[in-house]
Amino acid sequence: MEILVATAIGFMTAAGVYLTLRKRTFAVVLGMTLLSYATNLFLFVTGRLVIDQPPILQKGVESYTDPLPQALVLTAIVISFGMTAVVVMMALGAFLEGGDDHVDLPATDRREPRPRPAQDEGAR
Amino acid sequence: MSPALIVALPFLGALLPGLMVRAGRTAAAIACGSATALALLGLLLHVPAIRAGEAIATRIPWMPQIGMNADFRIDGLGLLFGILILGIGLLIILYARFYLSRKDAAGPFFTYLMLFQGAMTGIVLSDNILMMLVFWELTSLSSFLLIGFWKHLPEGRQGARMALTVTGMGGLAMIAGCLILGQVAGSYRLSEIVQQRAAIQGSAWYLPALVLILIGAFTKSAQFPFHFWLPRAMAAPTPVSAYLHSATMVKAGLFLMARLWPALAGTPEWFGIVATVGLVTMLVGAVIALFQDDLKGLLAYSTVSHLGLITMLLGFGTEEAAVAAVFHIIAHATFKAALFMSAGIIDHEAHTRSIARLGGLRTLMPLTFGIVLIASLSMAGIPPFSGFISKELMLENASHATLGGMPRLVGGVATLASLFSVAYSLRMIAHVFLGPVRDDYPAKPHDPGIGLWLGPALLAALVVVIGIAPNLTVGWLVETAAAAITGAHPHPHFALWHGVTPALLMSAAAVVGGAVLLALWRPADGLRLALPRPDAKAIFDSMTDTTQAWAARLTNGVTDGSMSRALALFMLTATACGFAAWHTGRAGPEIRPLLPVSPVAFIGWLMLMVATGTMVAVHRRRILALVLVGIIGLIVSCAFVYLSAPDLALTQITVEVVTVILLLLALNFLPKRTVLDTGNVKRGADAFVASLTGLGVGILAYAIMRRDFAFPSIAGYMLDNSYKLGGGDNVVNVILVDFRGYDTYGEITVLGIAALTIFALTETLLAGRSGTRLRNWVHDMRRAGDRHPLMLVVATRVVLPISLVVGLYIFLRGHNAPGGGFIAGLIVSVALVMQYMASGFAWAQERQNIPYHALIGLGVLCAGITGAGAWFAGKPFLTSAFGYFHLVGVEPFELATAMGFDTGVFLCVVGAVMLALNSLSRIARQAGQKVNVHPMDIQFGGER
Repeated sequence: MEILVATAIGFMTAAGVYLTLRKRTFAVVLGMTLLSYATNLFLFVTGRLVIDQPPILQKGVESYTDPLPQALVLTAIVISFGMTAVVVMMALGAFLEGGDDHVDLPATDRREPRPRPAQDEGAR
Repeated sequence: MSPALIVALPFLGALLPGLMVRAGRTAAAIACGSATALALLGLLLHVPAIRAGEAIATRIPWMPQIGMNADFRIDGLGLLFGILILGIGLLIILYARFYLSRKDAAGPFFTYLMLFQGAMTGIVLSDNILMMLVFWELTSLSSFLLIGFWKHLPEGRQGARMALTVTGMGGLAMIAGCLILGQVAGSYRLSEIVQQRAAIQGSAWYLPALVLILIGAFTKSAQFPFHFWLPRAMAAPTPVSAYLHSATMVKAGLFLMARLWPALAGTPEWFGIVATVGLVTMLVGAVIALFQDDLKGLLAYSTVSHLGLITMLLGFGTEEAAVAAVFHIIAHATFKAALFMSAGIIDHEAHTRSIARLGGLRTLMPLTFGIVLIASLSMAGIPPFSGFISKELMLENASHATLGGMPRLVGGVATLASLFSVAYSLRMIAHVFLGPVRDDYPAKPHDPGIGLWLGPALLAALVVVIGIAPNLTVGWLVETAAAAITGAHPHPHFALWHGVTPALLMSAAAVVGGAVLLALWRPADGLRLALPRPDAKAIFDSMTDTTQAWAARLTNGVTDGSMSRALALFMLTATACGFAAWHTGRAGPEIRPLLPVSPVAFIGWLMLMVATGTMVAVHRRRILALVLVGIIGLIVSCAFVYLSAPDLALTQITVEVVTVILLLLALNFLPKRTVLDTGNVKRGADAFVASLTGLGVGILAYAIMRRDFAFPSIAGYMLDNSYKLGGGDNVVNVILVDFRGYDTYGEITVLGIAALTIFALTETLLAGRSGTRLRNWVHDMRRAGDRHPLMLVVATRVVLPISLVVGLYIFLRGHNAPGGGFIAGLIVSVALVMQYMASGFAWAQERQNIPYHALIGLGVLCAGITGAGAWFAGKPFLTSAFGYFHLVGVEPFELATAMGFDTGVFLCVVGAVMLALNSLSRIARQAGQKVNVHPMDIQFGGER
């Protein structure tokens, strides 16, 4: 079971990273969504894999899974929704304003480092 | 007075000029002077106790568990420096009041000055080395502000930057050194560190710590080769030069060496580095000083030289030398501050500091001449002034020292430096005051008002008194300070006449030689000009330029505007760091057995892998990719169910729904396909980076799952106390709303901010160019003829009340069973969104007009008020209470304050999700989507 979960996390991470490295906004958004799945799952399994022992207290049940990673991941899921929403909105705004959905700065906006004048500012 | 209060007083005084300056410079100066005088008085009240050998200590606990406290301590050394800082500070405030003109911003000036004074007092009275470092950096910063006070002068700005760079870098080195020292000594308390001499000097880390700390001390005290910033800092107003750059700040390095003397001194390394650097600095500073044209430049290099002298004495590592060092600290502070203030007077009255343009001022400024005469002769080491005594002591100690196997080297060089010192001191008198009266001064020089001459005159009087009666005036102070440095109990006796000793002969040689050298000044100056001289400023500038160029190259190499490149490098770095950590760290054994794989789990895994792989393959067809994302999310939620996390599964599945809807809405206005615009090489490289990262994360996850917890888990505490303290059976929910309620509070706030950001972005878009573009939008896909299908409308209407009840149920049971505010909020959002989807946003909006901003605000407020309610019960923020209530006809039920908090979470989630979707739908309406009047507007005849 652990092997399956680990490979799933690894594969989703790889897919997420690959898509995040694309040059168009929507692919990046998809990549980040996948990365959040992988990350949430990863954080969750730091509580180790436990089957059929949900952290709901019941009479006569002695062993439960670790509730803390679950609580942390729960908020993480909601926050990643908020993040995805903001990123999508930014992507949409960039497309509407700029007319294309490139992630990178256009070549004209990439400035070379300004050559420093030979004299110091006092002489300027 | 408590030492902490003494340190705090100047800082409090720093606030006063802002209030007082409207009443004029005098009021501001009086306010600052009062704070300083009060602090000085408080310090002097401790004199009897400290003379009796006590040390006054205060502790303000901060984090006592890890030994972090604000420890203040006054001993002899702290007392000496405290008196110098506050006493001279008082004179400087008086002087500055009359030095500054009406045009200068007196308010900020006095504030900076007091800030500096407080930081300096903090350095000398701190007993915690980390706190001292903070004050240390604060002196660098406040001195930056003071040097650059005249912002219109380029020299001022450059000088300030250079000083900050050099002393700041030194400060960084020192932080590293002090941390090592603290680790080795096992304590960050100075009074404890200095008792760990054997442990520190026996440690392998002794030399690195020593070198790092000395770099900090040498940069601050302008020791060779870091001396070049001090003369450039002379662009500051003269009160600053007199205060920071002669009497106090530059002595902070010396203070530190003296403070750590018991722990660090006495080794060959200490002697070799400190004494050599001091000796070289003493000579180099004196030689350069002789040929300076600027009065303040001359004084600056002479300060460098004298600081070198004191450093050298501390470097000898003997008790006698430490006594001499302390004596010279006092002597130098008095005569040099007097000289700086006098130079300021000359500048103020004659409007120039250039020695070439001065001369003959003796009759025009007799009072100033008197002050300079006394102070200069003291600097030259002529009896009966205080400088003579310290110079004799210095030569005496130097003649005993052996460096590099040459017994006469130190004495010889020290005599040579003294010779130059005599020459430049006499030049100060001869070339400025003696000679014929000139008629081409920039302004007509005359003696200033009492406000300017009183300070230096008092100091000059001190120079005479200390010289004539050293034991009576400062003997006790030197004694207690030297005792605090060395830990021994020296009983020094100072006298002008010791009989004919080697030191006296060396001194006599220096005086005669210096006079001769001054007589030959012009040819000597010609010789100097003929020789090649390294320009420290040019070297410094080329070094900063090179650093800057490399930094720019690195920055541009990593981030050239391509996010892909920056992220790829980031991923690789993160993976490499993880790899390195894995190889250097220690991991426990793989002892957890593998769980068996059930067929269902295997099928789920297979589906997940296939869906992920397919998605990457077809990601350029965006709608298809989105469907696949939904599938992946669904399988992940199933995984949560399978792995005992029902709450997570519920959250994941509801979030999944809203995310996909959101992405679909956005996709409406984005291209439906991603253009292929990367080559095979780029894609291959990306795939490589992605695989490497994925492999790393996968292996790490596996490694974690096979091992037990490295530290005892706190899960047990949560499970044991969930019911007892939080009153709930659902431990995850209790953690969210109770144990870690503060986290949740922050998170719903973040969520609310995200939603407001989206709203603001939409507003901006609609108002700007995009708004126009949207109005003329041509949809690139054929619209469905049936925008609001009958089936969907009917189904959602039926489902709405049911889902609202389910939401309420999930919310109410959340404390004891899977559910809670987050999940209920998402369920209700989904129910509402369905209405919008079925009948169009505007139609639905008209019928349920909920202000979503208000909902977010209300949610955060609700959670905050619930948390604050605990204060009224005398508990910390967010402490929850619960109880069971009985109502007739209903079984006993539980009410917990956590429910109020959870309501806040619920409201915030609903508000945030709906506001985000609302924003997107506004874009759709702007793009000409018709608002339907009826819930279903089936259009016949194929109209688009």
